[in-house]
Amino acid sequence: MPLLSMTVNGAAVTAEIDIRMLLVDFLREELRLTGTHVGCDTSQCGACTVHMDGEAVKACAVLAVQAEGARILTIEGVGTLAQLHPMQEAFREHHGLQCGFCTPGMIMAGIDISRRHGTELEVATVRSELEGNICRCTGYHNIVTAIISGARAMGDASATSHAAE
Amino acid sequence: MFSFNYHRPESLEAALALASAGEDARLLAGGQTLIPTLKQRLASPSDLIDLAGVPALRDIVREADVLRIGAMVRHADVAASKVVREAIPALAELAGLIGDPAVRHRGTLGGSIANNDPSADYPAALLALDATVETDRRHIAAEDFFLGLFETALEPGEIVTAVAFPVGARGAYEKFPNPASRYAMAGVFVARGEGRVRVAVTGAAQGGVFRWSEAEAALETDFTVEALVGLALPAHDMIADIHGTGAYRAHLAAVMARRAVERLLGEVG
Repeated sequence: MPLLSMTVNGAAVTAEIDIRMLLVDFLREELRLTGTHVGCDTSQCGACTVHMDGEAVKACAVLAVQAEGARILTIEGVGTLAQLHPMQEAFREHHGLQCGFCTPGMIMAGIDISRRHGTELEVATVRSELEGNICRCTGYHNIVTAIISGARAMGDASATSHAAE
Repeated sequence: MFSFNYHRPESLEAALALASAGEDARLLAGGQTLIPTLKQRLASPSDLIDLAGVPALRDIVREADVLRIGAMVRHADVAASKVVREAIPALAELAGLIGDPAVRHRGTLGGSIANNDPSADYPAALLALDATVETDRRHIAAEDFFLGLFETALEPGEIVTAVAFPVGARGAYEKFPNPASRYAMAGVFVARGEGRVRVAVTGAAQGGVFRWSEAEAALETDFTVEALVGLALPAHDMIADIHGTGAYRAHLAAVMARRAVERLLGEVG
């Protein structure tokens, strides 16, 4: 069994794994980071979205060995219970969820959308960018509102942190 | 998933050696099709050769009248590339329509064309733009590369290194995505060069991507939407499944062709 090393949520991890293990299973079963969900398992629903070297990817379509040496960020790593990430806070405030199963992937996608499109987002941009994330409760309205608001808050937060520097 | 050996070579030479050594080795590019295929046990390669460690395959280079994109360049990189946007804007736009953002962060040009899925987007661009597929051993014209459903001219162990797109023709790609999967139900790339028009259709036909020569001839005579009126594709050659009949896809392809022509006519210049 190969020895795998990567950084997950800022911490170096090493494990012996089966070569066939998917990244999503490595995160959930080996590291017990169960915030990353398995929804469709066919790369369509986006519940397994994590960031790999700073970009959103579907962890069910990546082998854990492909992430050797990579930097992985999961929902557990974006904020803390004491201080939620601005995108998490926006989902809470705008109730960007119904059952909540798709929420971790939506938040990871939302942060990625803001990274690529900036902190001032149009509704149409968010809706088209979310095509790889499926909410089976079909509650997209609040999710879109939350992502727009969260992106703006991310901009404010980074402006504040720059001002503080 | 069946078991396999995994390799991540750091040079093309090492990858080639592995590809010819394995009894049933498969190359792994972005993995956005191959990994799901392995998960469903639809393939059982003895060895997976991950090309992610070969840096030479990741360049986008503009040389005078050719735009060369490395096989491991990801869809997101093509979509965002300033070089591509300036040379062949329609190509960047097409890349930005593949799958979804997370898939575009992994999927690659080489992986897409080597797989030759009948519903993939890139093959239409290669065929319409008269691109050349470069491998470790030869250059293959796009025309000769796509042989049919999931079939290409690649020989066992042959590795796509880059695709060279001639710069000069203006192109437009119009795609009708399946509402659920986002794969093309029909996608049409129209390229207009000096006195030449090429029309390539993907997503619709059973045999994969193809050139619609009737439409090309009509548009070469008269580059207007009206020139396409009355032209029809044979419905019996089209994919018929739960998402649509052959006649529906034939009609859709004609509509996408008209939209692409409209787009080209609407552009300034």
